[in-house]
Amino acid sequence: MRLDTTDKQLINLYQRDLSVCERPYQEMARRLDIPEEEVIDRLQSLRNHHVISRVGPVFEHHRAGASILAAVAAPPEQQDLVAARINRAPGVNHNYAREHTYNLWFVMTAPDEDTLDERLDELEHQLRLPMLRLPMVAQYHIDLGFDIDWEALA
Amino acid sequence: MNTSTDYLAVVPEISGRGAISAWGLLRLRQHLEKGLPLTPRPYLTLAEQTGLTEQEVMTAVDQWQAQGLIKRLGLVVKHRTLGYTANAMVVWDVPDSWLRSVAETISGAPFVTLCYQRPRRLPDWPYNLFCMIHGVDRQRVLAQIDNLIASAHLEAFPHAVLFSTKAYRQCGGRYVSND
Repeated sequence: MRLDTTDKQLINLYQRDLSVCERPYQEMARRLDIPEEEVIDRLQSLRNHHVISRVGPVFEHHRAGASILAAVAAPPEQQDLVAARINRAPGVNHNYAREHTYNLWFVMTAPDEDTLDERLDELEHQLRLPMLRLPMVAQYHIDLGFDIDWEALA
Repeated sequence: MNTSTDYLAVVPEISGRGAISAWGLLRLRQHLEKGLPLTPRPYLTLAEQTGLTEQEVMTAVDQWQAQGLIKRLGLVVKHRTLGYTANAMVVWDVPDSWLRSVAETISGAPFVTLCYQRPRRLPDWPYNLFCMIHGVDRQRVLAQIDNLIASAHLEAFPHAVLFSTKAYRQCGGRYVSND
């Protein structure tokens, strides 16, 4: 999808601080000087093209339930297979291959710590691979949606 | 550590009308995790989906923001689609006494989007400080890391750069929804 100036403005202005009011898209429309309907259509289109995943609240992990970063060392030739198995485990919302012996990194979430531990135990048993469990100890910097460097992307 | 029943402890009061239904708030959480509806009155849509009133939904979202349960309200960008394909997790082994000051230095770099302390898992995993960098170009990200190390004098702390090579899944946390 080719983004025009208005799409970029939407992304520049509204990664955070969306106002909570009856017609939030109308407020965005006023600021961008386009009809409310066009704001909604553009957001729909950005979502359909996977430029945004949603217009959302982003919940604070530690307050919204239990979550953990974990990694496994999969034999390189089985990486895709193991990744698919990880994706099938309940509560996995991020799963990336990374350049390391521990080559699959995923985030698992659950309603509470006990459920999370059970799910990890079950997955570890299923995969029979060494697993790192790396819960967050302290948070120093939160992603509040960084400014997109459109020039670097062009 | 907070538990998943936190949403019950943060049930907002609306003056004159009593507390909002806890069941309704759980349903609201489930719907909100999928994002704000793209309808002219998204809070009214959420109200219709949860059995709350539009005002109750807005009050709940306001309070959850104030209490930090919601950390950000806005467009959630998929950086990979936009072209941010050089996504690096940089991990550091920092003595505990230095951790806070190093974490603050790293967090101050404009290209660092997240910075967390996590436990070491010796002998396999000696690193206790994690940061994320979303970059457009691998060489540029490596240069940014080198500059950070030089300018903040981080040479003494062993580090590793783990670029991501493939995204098998990337979506928002689903803590209470069933799908």
